[in-house]
Amino acid sequence: MAMTMTQKILAAHAGLDSVEAGQLILVNLDLVLGNDITSPVAIKAFNQMGKESVFDKEKVTMVMDHFAPNKDIKAAQQCMMCRNFCGAQEITNFYDVGQMGIEHALLPEKGLVVSGDAVIGADSHTCTYGALGAFSTGVGSTDMACGMAIGKAWFKVPSAIKFELKGKLQPYVSGKDVILHIIGMIGVDGALYKSMEFMGEGLASLSMADRLCMANMAIEAGAKNGIFAVDEITKAYVKEHSDREPVFYAADEDAVYEQTYVIDLSEIKHTVAFPHLPENTHTVDEIDEIKIDQVVIGSCTNGRLEDMAAAAAIMEGKKVAKNVRCIVIPATQKIYLEAMEKGYLKTFIEAGAVVSTPTCGPCLGGHMGILAEGEKAVATTNRNFVGRMGHTESEIYLASPEVAAASAIAGKIAAPKEVL
Amino acid sequence: MKMTGTVIKYGDNVDTDVIIPARYLNTSDHKELASHCMEDLDTTFASRVKDGDIMVAGWNFGCGSSREHAPIAIKASGISLVIAKSFARIFYRNAINIGLAIVESEAAADAIAEGNVITADLDNGVLHNETTGEDYAVEPFPAFIQTIIENGGLVESIKNGSIK
Repeated sequence: MAMTMTQKILAAHAGLDSVEAGQLILVNLDLVLGNDITSPVAIKAFNQMGKESVFDKEKVTMVMDHFAPNKDIKAAQQCMMCRNFCGAQEITNFYDVGQMGIEHALLPEKGLVVSGDAVIGADSHTCTYGALGAFSTGVGSTDMACGMAIGKAWFKVPSAIKFELKGKLQPYVSGKDVILHIIGMIGVDGALYKSMEFMGEGLASLSMADRLCMANMAIEAGAKNGIFAVDEITKAYVKEHSDREPVFYAADEDAVYEQTYVIDLSEIKHTVAFPHLPENTHTVDEIDEIKIDQVVIGSCTNGRLEDMAAAAAIMEGKKVAKNVRCIVIPATQKIYLEAMEKGYLKTFIEAGAVVSTPTCGPCLGGHMGILAEGEKAVATTNRNFVGRMGHTESEIYLASPEVAAASAIAGKIAAPKEVL
Repeated sequence: MKMTGTVIKYGDNVDTDVIIPARYLNTSDHKELASHCMEDLDTTFASRVKDGDIMVAGWNFGCGSSREHAPIAIKASGISLVIAKSFARIFYRNAINIGLAIVESEAAADAIAEGNVITADLDNGVLHNETTGEDYAVEPFPAFIQTIIENGGLVESIKNGSIK
C-alpha cells in the first residue's frame, strides 16, 4: 500500500511495515515538549500515572517561554514547578530565562529535532518541525504526560492534502504570505485531521525560515501536521544544527492524496488575515486604508533571524509612525545576539521600535504588548481570534515581517514598496 | 454513558482563546478556570451554567491552542457533554484524554436549539431531544478510544497498564 511521507514516518515509529489513513496506532516518540503553561498540567497528570521517572531524560524538553520572564506571581509559580520537576528528573533539555527562546524557534536551532523524527509537544504550533521533514504535532498536557511516562502517543493515521509548489517568490514576499494564502483558500478547518504535505520544484526558492513559518501555521488550517519534502536545504540545515543522524523519508510516487493544489509561488502577493480568523485573507493591494496602533514582529511563526533581517531592511533609516507602538521580539538568545551583531537591533531602536527579550508574550495576550479596547495591530504572529492579544474589542491583522515593518513606518497596513 | 441536560448553544469556530482566555493560563486550578470559561464569547456563561448542562456548537469547535485548560474549564463548569458538527483535532483528543464526553453530529447541532433538554445515550449512539421529541443517531467511538473512555481517561489507562 503506497504511503504519504507522514504515513511512512508514523509506520516506522509504530514498528509497522505500513499504515493506512484512519488506523489507530501507538507511536514511539523521539521528543516530548512542553512549555510553562502546558507543562504544569502535564506534571500533575504524570504524577498521577504512577511512574517514578520519565521514559528518557534526553527526550523530554521544557521551555519557559509563554509567560516568561515571569509576568506575575502565578506565572512564577508555574515556572518553578517546571524547574523543580526537570531538576528532580534530571531532564537535560530544560530551557529557562537566559537559555530559553520561543520553543519552536529554539528546538530546531538547538538540533533537538532532525528529519524523520516523531515529535509531540503540548503546544499547538509543534507542527513547525515538519519543515525539517519530521512528523511533529501539537497535543494536550495529558498526552504530554503520557509521552513523558511511556514515550508513546496514540494517533489516528491521517490522510493528506498535497501542495505542489512551483515558481519563485517575488521580492519582499515570503513564506508567511504563502501560508496565509493557503489558509484563505482552504479555510481554518480545510485540513482538519489531515497532513499538509509540501513538495515540488518551488521548494528550492524557500528558505528554512520560510518553511518553518509555513509548517508552523498548518494548525491554522486545522491540520494534524505540515511536512516538507527533504532537499539539500533541509539536509544542510540539519547537518549544521545537530549531531544526531537524520532519516530521510519521501512519499511513495503513487501515494494517495485527498486533494492536490498546485501553487505558483510567483503569483503570491502580500497577504493579510483580517480579524477574527486566519482564513479572512486579503491581498494588501486590494484593501482600504486601515490605521493601526501597534505592530508586533516576532513569535514562533516569524521571530527568526531572516525575519529580523527582512524587517530591518525595510525600517533602515526610517521612523515608526507617530502613535504606532512597534515591538520587535527576536525568538531566541542566538537570534537576538546575531541581530545585534548584524545591526538589525540598532536599526529597530533608531526607528523608534522596542526590542524585547525572547517571549511568546503578546501573541497570546500574555504580556509585553496587550491591546486596549478598539485598538488595531499588525502582527507577524499566527492567530487573530477575538481577544487573542488583549481586549475583546481589539483587532489583529496577521502579516509577514515585510508587511508589518512597512505598516509600522506608514502607520497603516502597507506593502513594502509604499515606504521604500 | 447516559446524561440529560439543558442546552447552551454557540456557533462555528469556537476557539480555545474564547473558551479560556490566555490571561487565565497562569493557573491550572479547575474551579478558577471554570469561573472564566467562555468569558470572551459569552460573559453570562459561568453564572448561568448548571451541572449537567449540554453545550452544542457548529464546525471546528475548540480550534486554536493546545491548551488542555479549555476542556478542563468546560468540564469543571458542569457541562456533561459537548455536541458539535466537528471538533478541532487537539481539542478532540484532549477531551477524550481527560474524560469530557463529546460527540460529532451535524444533524443534531443544526436541529437542537438553546434551552432544549437532551438525553444522550452514548453507548447506543442516540441523542433524544426531550423538548421536540426528535432523535439523532451518532457514531460510536472506535474501540481504542472507547477503551480510554471506559478507563476514565488516559491517566487511568496508563496507571492500570491498559496502555503501555
